[in-house]
Amino acid sequence: MATPQTLEQFQQKCAAVLRPGLRKNKELERFRVSVKNGNALAADGPRGPKPRHAFSKRNIFIYGTLFVVAVYYLLPLYVMVVTSLKGMPEIRLGNIFSPPMEITFEPWVKAWATACTGLNCDGLSRGFWNSVRITVPSVILSIAIASVNGYALANWRFKGSELFFTILIVGAFIPYQVMLYPIVIILREIGLYGSLSGLVVVHSIFGMPILTLLFRNYFASLPEELFKAARVDGAGFWSIYLRIMVPMSVPIFVVAVILQITGIWNDFLFGVVYTRPDTYPMTVQLNNIVNSVQGVKEYNVNMAATLLTGLVPLIVYFISGKLFVRGIAAGAVKG
Amino acid sequence: MRHFTMSSAARRPSRLFRNFSAKIASVPMILTALVVFVGGTLWTVLYSFTNSRLLPRLNFVGLDQYERLWATPRWLVSIENLAIYGILSLIFSLVIGFVLAALLDQKIRFEDTLRTIFLYPFALSFVVTGVVWQWLLNPDFGVQAVVRSLGWESFAFDPLYNSSIVIYGVLIAALWQGTGFVMCLMLAGLRGIDEDIWKAARVDGIPAWRTYLFIVLPMMRPVLVTTLVIIAAGIVKVYDLVVAQTSGGPGIASEVPAKYVYDYMFFAQNLGQGFAASTMMLLSVAIVIVPWAYLEFGRRR
Repeated sequence: MATPQTLEQFQQKCAAVLRPGLRKNKELERFRVSVKNGNALAADGPRGPKPRHAFSKRNIFIYGTLFVVAVYYLLPLYVMVVTSLKGMPEIRLGNIFSPPMEITFEPWVKAWATACTGLNCDGLSRGFWNSVRITVPSVILSIAIASVNGYALANWRFKGSELFFTILIVGAFIPYQVMLYPIVIILREIGLYGSLSGLVVVHSIFGMPILTLLFRNYFASLPEELFKAARVDGAGFWSIYLRIMVPMSVPIFVVAVILQITGIWNDFLFGVVYTRPDTYPMTVQLNNIVNSVQGVKEYNVNMAATLLTGLVPLIVYFISGKLFVRGIAAGAVKG
Repeated sequence: MRHFTMSSAARRPSRLFRNFSAKIASVPMILTALVVFVGGTLWTVLYSFTNSRLLPRLNFVGLDQYERLWATPRWLVSIENLAIYGILSLIFSLVIGFVLAALLDQKIRFEDTLRTIFLYPFALSFVVTGVVWQWLLNPDFGVQAVVRSLGWESFAFDPLYNSSIVIYGVLIAALWQGTGFVMCLMLAGLRGIDEDIWKAARVDGIPAWRTYLFIVLPMMRPVLVTTLVIIAAGIVKVYDLVVAQTSGGPGIASEVPAKYVYDYMFFAQNLGQGFAASTMMLLSVAIVIVPWAYLEFGRRR
């Protein structure tokens, strides 16, 4: 913890508060006055945090609240797992929170291999592989395009480049519904409507704003001398990108990959609009299994299917840890 | 691949070829910006004034589609739902997100574990969220049945089968999924606040909650505004959650505008209605975004 050594330093640190123009309120005003009057001198007294008892009222309150909230957040996951391991008779008799008396993996097998969606009865496996075939090329293509965009915007500005970038960012806020049908027409014209490649194009388009922003900000933060030195050595647009920018930006590429895998895997709207039943991604298929009207509802199979669909983003999330947080916050906060 | 070198340029290369590789590389971005974002939006707005049904046709009928839209009960229900859902999810996710962030910011143990727990639902899709909460809120097996079996026989909580409260069922699921994200943004904002502000406030004897409310929150304005905009933009787009959790039911009680657009475009084969509805969505986003963009970016110039 950085403790300020002198009164000057401390007052400097308080400059943010003392700065006039901040929203006025009584508390802030009083605080300001007292800082001016030198209450800071008191900060020269005993240093370090106040010693606390492990079971102070405050701690019990904080940990108690956090514990209750954590249970609330974990409960759905627990119910999913428990339900997916029970047989249907047990579900009809017991309550959803009780652990399974007899563990069975049958629902998982059924959800994966034989559950029916519409006419097909080959389970979620079809959707899983479709999702894989959608996600992998979409992640690669969208990141390739967006990183080159960001690089051009950061290092090779040309007339109008900022304008296109602004349109891109504003476009990120336009509801997708507005652009759904024009894209149907565009895809139909180039012969990709209904195919997986069409969906890959759509994901690359809609991933572009946030990723371009991400890469542009990152490349702009790299030392410019590096770029200039490479220019002097005669390196061109692509060789600087491939030999200098990409190797120096591995962390941001990882963040982008995490962002895109979860985003594209979890997509539902584009999947349902731009693909046909035999190329539906996993999310669409899950919805069809769970919400199909015909047949007896098999809640255990539904929950197994739900877990299977959520598994990929969950694994990515738990492996990536802090990088995931960085990924989702990166585009958001810097914007 | 050298574009512009002093020595070789007897005459200046034409402007188009300056920086040529960068321009080539930006073609996908330029196409996306101009064709999809600008072109697509204008196209939809233009065709919302036509009577297109199965196929888009340029047969202008003025504001007919909009009049019909605002006379359709289903659209009115959608708007009402979006308003309730939007306002409540804005308030609750900001409050819960901030409180959780403030609690996590108390130099507690297990901070990483707790953050991981609060944020994991955000990694899951809305479809998964909707399906799980459909199961949890199932009146015969879910929360209601469990509470009743504990002895409270008259307990009633069945949002998914009760059209007057169904939107709150959707709200619960959405909050479960999204508050972790808001918490993360808020936590980043709190960590950006200088440690010494806290010390000074403590020396001054200002209670912690007042410090948060009157000193820290005003200082977090940029983060708050960004969070607000992100949540607001997400609210208008809400679609998959409703489809997976309630399919718009019971009846039309939990319809939302995004679902109205999709159903009219791709099921009812009434493109004009879909275009008009999506233009209204665009308008509502513009009402939120334009003032923000003006305040955020207009001022910097």
